[in-house]
Amino acid sequence: MSELKPMSDNTPSSPERRRFVGAATATAAGLTIAPGVMLYEVAHGRSEDQPASSAVRWGMLVDATKCATGCDDCVTACSTENGWTPVAESKHPKQAPQWIRKLELQDPLTQMETNLPMMCQHCAEPPCVDVCPTGASFKRADGIVLVNRHTCIGCRYCMMACPYKARSLVHEPLNDTQKPDVPRGIGCVESCTLCVQKVDRGDGNTACAEACTAAGHNALLFGDMNDPESEISRRLRELPTKQVRADLNLNLGVRYHGI
Amino acid sequence: MKRLLALGAVVLTTAALAWAGSDAQPKSSGAPKPAITKAVKGERCVEDNDYMRRNHMKVLDHHRDETVLEGIRTKKYSLKECINCHASEKTGSVAAAKEDFCVSCHSYAAVKIDCFDCHSTKPQGSIAMHPLNAENTHYKHKLAAQANSKVSAEEMAGVAQ
Ligand code: SF4
Ligand code: SF4
Repeated sequence: MSELKPMSDNTPSSPERRRFVGAATATAAGLTIAPGVMLYEVAHGRSEDQPASSAVRWGMLVDATKCATGCDDCVTACSTENGWTPVAESKHPKQAPQWIRKLELQDPLTQMETNLPMMCQHCAEPPCVDVCPTGASFKRADGIVLVNRHTCIGCRYCMMACPYKARSLVHEPLNDTQKPDVPRGIGCVESCTLCVQKVDRGDGNTACAEACTAAGHNALLFGDMNDPESEISRRLRELPTKQVRADLNLNLGVRYHGI
Repeated sequence: MKRLLALGAVVLTTAALAWAGSDAQPKSSGAPKPAITKAVKGERCVEDNDYMRRNHMKVLDHHRDETVLEGIRTKKYSLKECINCHASEKTGSVAAAKEDFCVSCHSYAAVKIDCFDCHSTKPQGSIAMHPLNAENTHYKHKLAAQANSKVSAEEMAGVAQ
């Protein structure tokens, strides 16, 4: 499978260099003329002609202790950014695609409630990739697990293989309602892309994490887990975190605190 | 299979065109000629028109693999950029109406387009909002765009070969 680059393919850039790039970005960001108007575009990390690099591993830290009861801003933000219809508005809610869902759990013994968003965990060893007969389900060099819709045949093996029920099949024609940045369509399986279009643009954040921060909950933190200097790496060092179904040994890109 | 069908269509079209083009025959009123509207934005395509008419799928397919699999997002040969330039001023789309850029040729050549099952046919935001489409920029070009260029049968046959 040519698209599955072994992690060792690209020589990782040194942390020193990454730190330097970070500092340069911070300086350049000061050259804002007016809100939203930049003197020049700053490429965060990589330019548009550079392929995604295995020096980076994008991931997410979910702090379930901060995730608020009744709030689903992350879900709304995802559907807005990526153009999927919210389940409540769907004509066929049972088969409506869901890239991220909000779970409210209760311990039957203690009645303790836990809130958390659940989405593709961006496994380092993704079962969805193992089972795909066409190679459409693949992991990008920077750890983002995606479906190549040009080769997906809609067999849904990956949906069954995923331990997290993270994937959906698009059952209905979408009739040109897609976002230009997020192609998606009938007969193909899809799931959370860690907002790959935003990552490649250099936004350095996902729609869900942005919305969570905007709502003041700060339960979602997106970042590069390979960079020891990143906020997510720092927090992962400090906080006790868990992988959901850690027994499966999939080395997840999404880690939970407080579950 | 799709390839074969497309090839078949191309051969048939060529044959039909050759027949329609010959002087001995009365001009066929058959399929209406595609109306190829000049792109609203930009002065010229990333390659010559002739090259693009024959090979647009070759370059698009190559670019698509680099983008999807590796995350390379260069603008040249990106379908999104084609749409940004070629979306019609009337519908704001490359494939919403019969005269829109992609549909116009494809229906003439009887080659089904799958791209827009998944890809949006419209540029990001409204095209009127695009800085390059603001009232006075490229005004000359806009005028030129209004005059639809009908493609001659010979030109079309050239593409088909
Ligand atoms: S969580 Fe599911 S869809 Fe995501 S990478 Fe793992 S197996 Fe694949
Ligand atoms: S539905 Fe698509 S991505 Fe999933 S296993 Fe089948 S071909 Fe692969």
